[in-house]
Amino acid sequence: MTEQDTNARVNRPQFRNINAFRDLPTYRLPLAGLVSILHRISGALMFLLLPFIIWMFDLSVSSEISYARLTGVFGSGAIGGLLLKLLALALIWAYLHHLMAGLRHLWMDVSHDAVSKEFGKSSAAVTLALSIGLTVVLGAKLFGLY
Amino acid sequence: MAVNFGTRRVVVGAHYGLRDWLSQRVTAGLMAVFTAIVIVQVLSISGEIGYDQWAGIFASQWMKVLTFVVIAALTYHVWVGMRDIWMDYVQPVAWRLLLQVFSIVWLVGCAGWAIQVLWRL
Repeated sequence: MTEQDTNARVNRPQFRNINAFRDLPTYRLPLAGLVSILHRISGALMFLLLPFIIWMFDLSVSSEISYARLTGVFGSGAIGGLLLKLLALALIWAYLHHLMAGLRHLWMDVSHDAVSKEFGKSSAAVTLALSIGLTVVLGAKLFGLY
Repeated sequence: MAVNFGTRRVVVGAHYGLRDWLSQRVTAGLMAVFTAIVIVQVLSISGEIGYDQWAGIFASQWMKVLTFVVIAALTYHVWVGMRDIWMDYVQPVAWRLLLQVFSIVWLVGCAGWAIQVLWRL
């Protein structure tokens, strides 16, 4: 081992017994890592909001009266309506991100060319751009901006 | 048959995790196709979407069967994913077991509710 190697090693931060609050905020995640952890967070979020999704599905297809009730709640400017819209917005983002990141995974499964540092970064950037961009477009529709 | 339990349990080699990995991808593909079908149906509606048009998407028998399959696929997909999360972050066995049981109860309950909504349509 050369002198230079030893120096390079000494200068690197070392992590032992990682503390979620002290150490995790100082991590510099690469874009691919960001997409990965958001894939997990979006999945867990949708798992927790499953009853909310089925509740909306129930109201929307059961009868004209329940359909009107659901659209009425979403149309109202009250706190309840606003909260529902925020939850729906979170779901829209979670679904889009999970879908895009999942397609990226499938692509990497079937193509050896896709498994490289460069592709990992560029495809992660596309995933984030598409999911956030579409969330903004659909979110604007949800909040009646157009 | 070779003994594969107790101290002779084989814990290395092929296939460990392959089933979960593959099933998560197959179920994901199903859900992606379902998403595309619903989007195409919604976009093909001309004019304002009302109750009749929206509920009509799920009224046909083939769409009901497909939605049912997707609910089953989603349940299994989420089970694999949530189990991964618990296995990664929750080390105490008692807590992990409790959370896994909660996940199963939550998912089976949600699947039952969704199927009930679907089939009384």
